[in-house]
Amino acid sequence: MSVEQPAWKALPDDRAEFQFADAKPAFSDAEAVIEANRCLYCYDAPCIKACPAGIDIPAFIKKIATGNIRGSAKTIFKSNMLGVSTARVCPVDVLCVGACVLNDLNEQPIRIGRLQRYATDETLEAESRADWDLFTPKAAIGKRVALVGAGPAALACAAHLVLEGVTAVIYEKDDRPGGLNLTGVAPYKLQSEAALAEAKWLLRNGVQLKTGVQVGRDIELDQLIKQYDAVFIGVGLGADKALGIPGEDGPGVWGGSGLIRKIKNDPAFELPDDVQAIVVIGGGNTAIDIARELAMLGVPDVKMLYRRTVGEMPGYGHELQGARKYGVRLLERLTPTAVIRDGGRVTAFRATSTASGVATDYPCDWVVVAIGQEKHAVHLADGIEVDEKGRMVVDPQTRRTGHSKVYAGGDCINGGQEVVNAATDGREAAFAMLRSWDIAPELA
Amino acid sequence: MADLSIEMCGIKSPNPFWLGSGPPTNSGEQVMRAFDAGWGGAVWKTLGEPIVNVSSRLGAIDYAGARMMGLNNIELITDRPLETNLKEMYAVKKAYPHHALIASLMVETKEQWRDIIKRSEDAGADGLELNFGCPHGMCERGMGSAVGQEPRVLAEITSWVKEYAQVPVLVKLTPNVGDILVPGKAAVEGGADGLSLINTIKSIIGVNLDTLIPMPTVGSQSSQGGYCGPAVKPIALHMVGALARDPGVTIPISAIGGISDWRDAAEFLALGATSVQVCTAVMHEGYRIVEDMIEGLNYYLDAGGLASVTDLVGKALPGFTEWGELDLNYNVIAKIDSETCIGCQLCYVACLDGAHQCIHTDQGPCSAYHGEPDHGAHPRDVVQPPIWHQNGGGADTHVPFVDEQECIGCNLCKLVCPVPGCITMEEVPTSAGKESWNDRLAKGLA
Ligand SMILES: Cc1cc2nc3c(=O)[nH]c(=O)nc-3n(C[C@H](O)[C@H](O)[C@H](O)COP(=O)(O)OP(=O)(O)OC[C@H]3O[C@@H](n4cnc5c(N)ncnc54)[C@H](O)[C@@H]3O)c2cc1C
Ligand SMILES: Cc1cc2nc3c(=O)[nH]c(=O)nc-3n(C[C@H](O)[C@H](O)[C@H](O)COP(=O)(O)O)c2cc1C
Ligand code: SF4
Ligand code: SF4
Ligand code: SF4
Repeated sequence: MSVEQPAWKALPDDRAEFQFADAKPAFSDAEAVIEANRCLYCYDAPCIKACPAGIDIPAFIKKIATGNIRGSAKTIFKSNMLGVSTARVCPVDVLCVGACVLNDLNEQPIRIGRLQRYATDETLEAESRADWDLFTPKAAIGKRVALVGAGPAALACAAHLVLEGVTAVIYEKDDRPGGLNLTGVAPYKLQSEAALAEAKWLLRNGVQLKTGVQVGRDIELDQLIKQYDAVFIGVGLGADKALGIPGEDGPGVWGGSGLIRKIKNDPAFELPDDVQAIVVIGGGNTAIDIARELAMLGVPDVKMLYRRTVGEMPGYGHELQGARKYGVRLLERLTPTAVIRDGGRVTAFRATSTASGVATDYPCDWVVVAIGQEKHAVHLADGIEVDEKGRMVVDPQTRRTGHSKVYAGGDCINGGQEVVNAATDGREAAFAMLRSWDIAPELA
Repeated sequence: MADLSIEMCGIKSPNPFWLGSGPPTNSGEQVMRAFDAGWGGAVWKTLGEPIVNVSSRLGAIDYAGARMMGLNNIELITDRPLETNLKEMYAVKKAYPHHALIASLMVETKEQWRDIIKRSEDAGADGLELNFGCPHGMCERGMGSAVGQEPRVLAEITSWVKEYAQVPVLVKLTPNVGDILVPGKAAVEGGADGLSLINTIKSIIGVNLDTLIPMPTVGSQSSQGGYCGPAVKPIALHMVGALARDPGVTIPISAIGGISDWRDAAEFLALGATSVQVCTAVMHEGYRIVEDMIEGLNYYLDAGGLASVTDLVGKALPGFTEWGELDLNYNVIAKIDSETCIGCQLCYVACLDGAHQCIHTDQGPCSAYHGEPDHGAHPRDVVQPPIWHQNGGGADTHVPFVDEQECIGCNLCKLVCPVPGCITMEEVPTSAGKESWNDRLAKGLA
């Protein structure tokens, strides 16, 4: 089959993300087989239930043990088209691995993520080999779907649609596909090359990608609804939220996800030598990630300031532990009060204790604000609603919005969860569209 | 995707994977679930005259933490009423007309055989499998392996069955014989349409050291049972291969014994089997294992460019010969890859104590430790104690050294090495042509 691959601008060399090594390196063949043979092949396994995509984990692991790597990859992708990135970025400790029965046997639980990486990496490597095609796309059925955004949610949705013979056209405002896999996820989990290789693989069966097109600016959603049989919205979240405190505007104050994007993709980004102390505001995973990344890049003093206590943090405990290993410190019960500047330059961050009411200045050179992201507002059309937190409202089964032709998934409906949730939303939306046309999806 | 469907002596099956006669084929409900999971055929739990089974009845050996490397049982044939079994067989065949359904039978007199054959065929069986293999309980009553071990009786009962049977007849052989060709040929002589093997191997699985009663225990006693599971696969492979390559055995073979995944199955097919049967692996992990068996075999056939599973049958037989035909001029020696070696020195101690003292923990020829290389032909009274152990450091300085002059190419080091691919056996080029022991005998050189 010779479908033209969509092209995009190559990533520039010399990016700061190269300074990060894989936190969980790939298994060798021998390691993978030994680990796979440790899996008990549980029946009605708890690890499956803990996987948001419901991957048949014991089956894919068993196939690694028997040497059926191709079948193993197929088992994974069938349920989760984003198998390559989720193998690296899933918070497995709170998902599948956390549920593994071996935890109850006082043994190390199965390292499911790394086994998944072993099987799925093989697929990308074998991509050019004709004998490795896992799924055969069906003949065109004359249906067309527009997808807004080329993040995990839309990529998964499009990959499922083209297998059933649907024409899928993605509109992406950036230059490249991948969404936060490319621009947000910590570089010690997933680097841009791997994110792009995965996107290329997901697009391989003829998904059309239009980059540099922002829906709501360059083309209206209404137009897409008119031109296509269905529309999938996977726009993710918007810009970093601001604190709204004095001194915030100006150099030296960054948004969390914006700074991560620079570290990952921007060759012009360089950490100045005189930045020795950084205060990170927030208690979520983005705050923990950026704090750890800055510490790993060599900033000796990285403090996280959080307004409640560690037990109330929305970020994962295991991620905080990971950051602490690199010297990140957490200060609790502090309300942001002001950014202190001297002649424009940041010199300190002022925070007020929620316990004592006392304000303290924490000397620093940079401030990173990671208290969440705005929701996108481009997608409001007939019948499409958002809830009080700005999340798009969809039917929980079909991911259909109030508009009969419009579906949505990923961060824009859940307010910011994981890649695996986005991939599952994309899959379910694709299945629901197909069913609305009386087609039973083969992979369902 | 390759074509996995087979036809074995007239019995059609969507794939070569059948359930062997045993607990997984005890009832119709089970067999239907198995067919839904993907199994192509099932040999029903052996039918016969009413018996009573004991409790407990299974024992197993674990190996290095892995469960059930070998399983042993003292279960007899079905303990359910014949009428019930036949009714369920009928229902299964009706619901699954394209799957292979085979009745396993074991009775004594000619009249009993005639009766049970007729009833099995009426129930819709696509074939019959004569259980001449059970090594416990039934043989004491003159059935099972008592028949399988007596070629004359085996041939005679087979010919009775052929007299009555309308559907193909498979004879299931016991491995509890000196030479499998003897009962195999007796079955051919009796008119069998196919062979199934192996049944279980006579065994005692262990002794409980607290009670001093063998296992599996029934009250205060036990009895010899039948051994099966992964541990018996090499024995079954040999017996299947020996029959398949024998010109006197012209009928197809259904291979049984330790088959747990698609690789095992592919090996049996390559050694000449047409279908495979599985019992223990399903008892261990359930019917669901067949999904990987089908998919893995399919991808394997695809990768090898084989369009049909039948193209694999017997592909390994040309490479299976008698010892006397092997090339005595062929030589391999062990090579250690110092990049991947982790320095455990298991190869060293294996060669030192269990082979031919050709691996050393320090660079240098054998002569430094035990005289000139001589392949062990001369007295070894000057062997140095392994004092060089003390200069070891990390893995890099612990990489052992193979004296290539001394290495006789036995494979042991490669087999014990925990790092796959670290020790390889490399062929030593030679200008001498092939010469086997039989060649030498023919030349009067031996
Ligand atoms: C810093 C950070 C770290 C994270 N770490 C992890 C992790 O370790 N593990 C994990 O599982 N998850 C992690 N996540 C979450 C994960 O990245 C998201 O849940 C996931 O990427 C959501 O996918 P999505 O497709 O919904 O949206 P996104 O990935 O945000 O993709 C949306 C896409 O839509 C495009 N777009 C937006 N608006 C428009 C428009 N109007 N027109 C056209 N295109 C548009 C965007 O450019 C983008 O490409 C992290 C998130 C962040 C911010
Ligand atoms: C518990 C148990 C019961 C068995 N019962 C029968 C039987 O009734 N008839 C028969 O022909 N074989 C019987 N077998 C033997 C199996 O069919 C098979 O030949 C043997 O177990 C080897 O295959 P395996 O290694 O896949 O288990 C039994 C095996 C087990 C473990
Ligand atoms: S729970 Fe653990 S042992 Fe059981 S199937 Fe899942 S990974 Fe394997
Ligand atoms: S496996 Fe079932 S029948 Fe056997 S002992 Fe356990 S509970 Fe009883
Ligand atoms: S057994 Fe293998 S890993 Fe161990 S020392 Fe020998 S070559 Fe090295």
